[in-house]
Amino acid sequence: MSGIILENIVKTYEKGSILAVDHVSFQVEEGELFGLIGPDGAGKTSIFRILTTLLLPDSGNGWVHGLNILKDFKAIRSEVGYMPGKFSLYQDLSVEENLHFFATVFNTTIEQNYDLIKEIYVQIEPFKTRKAGKLSGGMKQKLALCCALIHRPTVLFLDEPTTGVDAVSRKEFWEMLQRLKKQGITILVSTPYMDEANLCDRIALIQTGKVLSIDTPHNITSGYQNKLYSAKSESMSTLIRDLRALPTVNTCFSFGDSLHFTLKEEHSEILTLKESLSKHINLEIKIIDPSIEDCFIQFMHS
Amino acid sequence: MKENIVIETENLTKKFGSFTAVDHISFVVKEGEIFGFLGANGAGKTTAMKMLCGLSGPTSGKATIAGYDIYQKAEQIKQRIGYMSQKFSLYEDLTIIENIRFFGGIYGLSSKQIKERSQAIIEKLNLSDSQNKLVSSIPLGWKQKLAFSVAILHEPKIVFLDEPTGGVDPVTRRQFWDLIYEASDQGITVFVTTHYMDEAEYCNRVSIMVDGAIKALDTPKNLKQSFSVSSMEEVFYQLARGAQRKSD
Repeated sequence: MSGIILENIVKTYEKGSILAVDHVSFQVEEGELFGLIGPDGAGKTSIFRILTTLLLPDSGNGWVHGLNILKDFKAIRSEVGYMPGKFSLYQDLSVEENLHFFATVFNTTIEQNYDLIKEIYVQIEPFKTRKAGKLSGGMKQKLALCCALIHRPTVLFLDEPTTGVDAVSRKEFWEMLQRLKKQGITILVSTPYMDEANLCDRIALIQTGKVLSIDTPHNITSGYQNKLYSAKSESMSTLIRDLRALPTVNTCFSFGDSLHFTLKEEHSEILTLKESLSKHINLEIKIIDPSIEDCFIQFMHS
Repeated sequence: MKENIVIETENLTKKFGSFTAVDHISFVVKEGEIFGFLGANGAGKTTAMKMLCGLSGPTSGKATIAGYDIYQKAEQIKQRIGYMSQKFSLYEDLTIIENIRFFGGIYGLSSKQIKERSQAIIEKLNLSDSQNKLVSSIPLGWKQKLAFSVAILHEPKIVFLDEPTGGVDPVTRRQFWDLIYEASDQGITVFVTTHYMDEAEYCNRVSIMVDGAIKALDTPKNLKQSFSVSSMEEVFYQLARGAQRKSD
């Protein structure tokens, strides 16, 4: 049985004038960690709300853990855990009150499922009497995850759990997800950070409501259409201008401390290219393996 | 104050009760520099930025912004800086052109200046067909570029950018940095925070805050060299991993 199935989901807003989700279909296998990767406005939150039965699609169908999103909405709600992008716990209840509340709503107790959340909860336990509204961003995120897990869901929906979170905390959060996956929970997680894609089993790249590609991160990067080059020199701002001005260069973007570029014709001689950039000091050009972000940019242009 | 220094702080400190949010930070930023202000969540970046913008008084220490003392001349500072964050930048229920006019008015520009500069922004961002659209209806990428242009509408000495590229697509994110370079070429100093470590590489110099203090400050190249690593991400990990103020 698949953990999640989406079939041709369409969602519009404002009387049909805004197409938020445009015929989206994909399947998430049971126990899989699946990433929805895309910028704001891609339709990620609408997809989450449709799958958690908080929103009806205009058309299309879907199943979560074998349950239909239109007919079995009550059963789905007790089966899934959902951590919305916007902090949605009770700000005026304490950490432990929030957790207790969510356990009770789902007819269970903290004790019964404590093993599942223990590793995360011990980090916020020193603040268990603090009101949720007074927690720092990182602690709110951990409490929200505990509350989404306390009824031992079979499918976990995490909508942009790492947005605005620093690089170190983001890494820690993904390590937590890997441990939850080992417990057999199916996880659908969304993120605008392309570097997090590699931590998922499979991903869907998504933009303005449309799926650009679905596959394992490895298959997506190895399916990159062109040879990708990286370039460096002493003056990066001049180098980007010079490269973009060359007729043989197709695309050229900054990537950290280097530039990534592609050529219009694959057989173009890289030596000739180097000659035309000969005034650059310490010029370095090499062929590199593309990242998910390179692939995303290529899909955007095709 | 030396001619080309636009931000200078000396032991700048902010305490909230017994909690030291910003702990004796000292640094200078030069005119036209792109200065990356990095740190883990909770390290004290926002508190420091509020002080530099004249919005929050320090507990102790000194700072001059665009030549003005932050204790005495907060109002003069506010006129000479621009500010943009992902959370607040433009009025969603005003149109593109209304936003530009509104901020022009706030900054005390003449109607002639407002007219000329709005025209220039509209042309540069290719918005002539959409200038009468409500900001709430335009894509995030456009909004962020427009918000940046509005933040430098009054030609400030310094523009403060608080996570300006959060959530935008990879191409727009890079186009945004083209705008930053352009502003810097015009002599506007750019003070920017980000969680994208590749963007740290685009800065002239970068500071990294840990637990309220600046733990490292140099060019990306020198930082990578002194930590013997190949990316700014690794520099950041090495410094922020040891943070005591956990999990914010």
